[in-house]
Amino acid sequence: MYGFAMVRGLLVTLKNLTKKPFTIQYPEQRVKQHPRFRGEEFVWYEERCTGCASCAKYCPLGIIKIVTSPSGTAIKQGDKYKLEVFDIELQRCMFCGLCVEACPYDALFMGSGFEQGQYSRENMFISIDQLRQSQKHPSTWFRPQLEEAEYKPGDGRPLGWRDVGREKWRWHQREKAGMRLNLTAADESISDTLDIKPDSRV
Amino acid sequence: MFPSQCEDTILRDNPLFRFIYDYASSLLPCWMSYVLAGVTIMLILINAVLLGAAVVSWMERRLLGRFQNRIGPNRWGPFGLLQPIADLFKLITKEDLIPAGADRIAFTLVPIIMVAALILMAAVIPFAKDTSLVDLNVGVLYLLAISSLTSIALFTAGWASDNRYALFGTARSVAVLISYEVPVVLSLLGVVMIVGSMSLSSIVEFQSVPFIVVQPLAFFVFLAGMSAELNRTPFDLAEAESEIIAGYHTEYSGIKFALIQAAEFGGVLVVSALIATLFLGGWAGPWEDYLGWAWFMGKTLLIVAIFSWIRATFPRLRIDQIMAFSWKVMLPLSLINLAATTVEVYLLKSGGITTLELWIMAIINLVLAGVCLPVFGRLMKDKVRKSNPSGVSQSLRDDPTG
Repeated sequence: MYGFAMVRGLLVTLKNLTKKPFTIQYPEQRVKQHPRFRGEEFVWYEERCTGCASCAKYCPLGIIKIVTSPSGTAIKQGDKYKLEVFDIELQRCMFCGLCVEACPYDALFMGSGFEQGQYSRENMFISIDQLRQSQKHPSTWFRPQLEEAEYKPGDGRPLGWRDVGREKWRWHQREKAGMRLNLTAADESISDTLDIKPDSRV
Repeated sequence: MFPSQCEDTILRDNPLFRFIYDYASSLLPCWMSYVLAGVTIMLILINAVLLGAAVVSWMERRLLGRFQNRIGPNRWGPFGLLQPIADLFKLITKEDLIPAGADRIAFTLVPIIMVAALILMAAVIPFAKDTSLVDLNVGVLYLLAISSLTSIALFTAGWASDNRYALFGTARSVAVLISYEVPVVLSLLGVVMIVGSMSLSSIVEFQSVPFIVVQPLAFFVFLAGMSAELNRTPFDLAEAESEIIAGYHTEYSGIKFALIQAAEFGGVLVVSALIATLFLGGWAGPWEDYLGWAWFMGKTLLIVAIFSWIRATFPRLRIDQIMAFSWKVMLPLSLINLAATTVEVYLLKSGGITTLELWIMAIINLVLAGVCLPVFGRLMKDKVRKSNPSGVSQSLRDDPTG
């Protein structure tokens, strides 16, 4: 009956008064974020990056700009390049993650942040300095090794460059141009087992 | 206290006015003390109504939030209480636009008329014993007359805005307002007939039994009719956001928009106060000499909450449904109520109606309402929602090309 249906409708809204509100008060409370969330703070490990620019080539929008210069010390080793520019134009990025898929050395990861809003479009890019300083909370998107390790970027535990690879990439133990890798004793022992000694290719 | 040398005025019923008037008249000439006392109580009333509008807007938004499983505004001030102030400052700092083709004078007058009508309505409502600004002996008639002023303001707004959406909203709202005026007036006739007076304070004093039980049909009709007059859901098609942007106030911005919003929320407050006075016993209650204001405020806010509840629940009706509801349900209901009340008053009124007789009337009218509301609901079902299982409208089924 029409009148009783109206009363039933009123009861529906009245019942909501007894329920807990659905709202999550964003800056104070946060939704639990999936580990595979593709955030905008790209996580980049300079120690792992060879400057091959696969990410730049695979980017469908062409917004990644990489400039490498062969460095004086690294060129002897044959496989190291020093990166001078690594810009990501976030204003046009659509977070497809193809750059991360393309990276052969597990050096680039999607981040877990989403609060890089700026007042001007000109500021919406990530430079190499920001990449160096960014929080190392890599998303597990397209990185099965992180998922198997059950890494949760939301926990706030940063990951170092040694922990994120698919296997022990042995060339990382070498000195990269202009960088101190601070090798530990364990790393030294790995480099001892290398088939080819670092200097043997010169 | 102070012997008054000045002549008695209609405002002297108000104790605050009397105090200031009599005190000032010992120092000042009569006309100056009259102006001083009058302006003082007017300022109190205007500020009370506008602040009350702010409180109502906050309360309504919080309540709507809770009814919809949200929180509502809670960022600015404790529980978001300062949100109306923030809204006001935002609106004041906005540019005050007037369309090029608008009638500037009429366009500017509209918010003023709306707020003025609101404050004029609040002038006769007794907030506690002897505290109405003026206790008119034709209070109910005055209120009905003043509440119709708003429709003139709406019509002016639609015409002066030079905007088709505004004109649409105006045409709709005027149609609604005209058809709802009749049942509202008829529903109040029952109350006036029982009391035998149109003065609001005597109506309050008469209610040894609240009129919501003595006149349930009148309460229903008055509540529905007033929410139609206030352009509130489910009768808010005059400013239907999803259809015609904002209706009559499409072109308003800045301080004018703030005034229109204040008038709308203040309208809710004043109408709630009116319903509390007419049907819930106003300031009557235990310790009414001291806590009358608290009773009045509590009852008013209860009605405001009911208005919010209705707004949170019902979807907007179409114009034909609203007209059908007005002329086919509310008008007959108010006529039935009027006829029943007439007979009861004729039979029972022999030297004043006692509390017992009020209870007898209440039982008869409650039974009548219990019969009439479902019957009219049944009739309304066939009018409003035709059985149409396919979900395709009749005209489309007849003419596929249409």
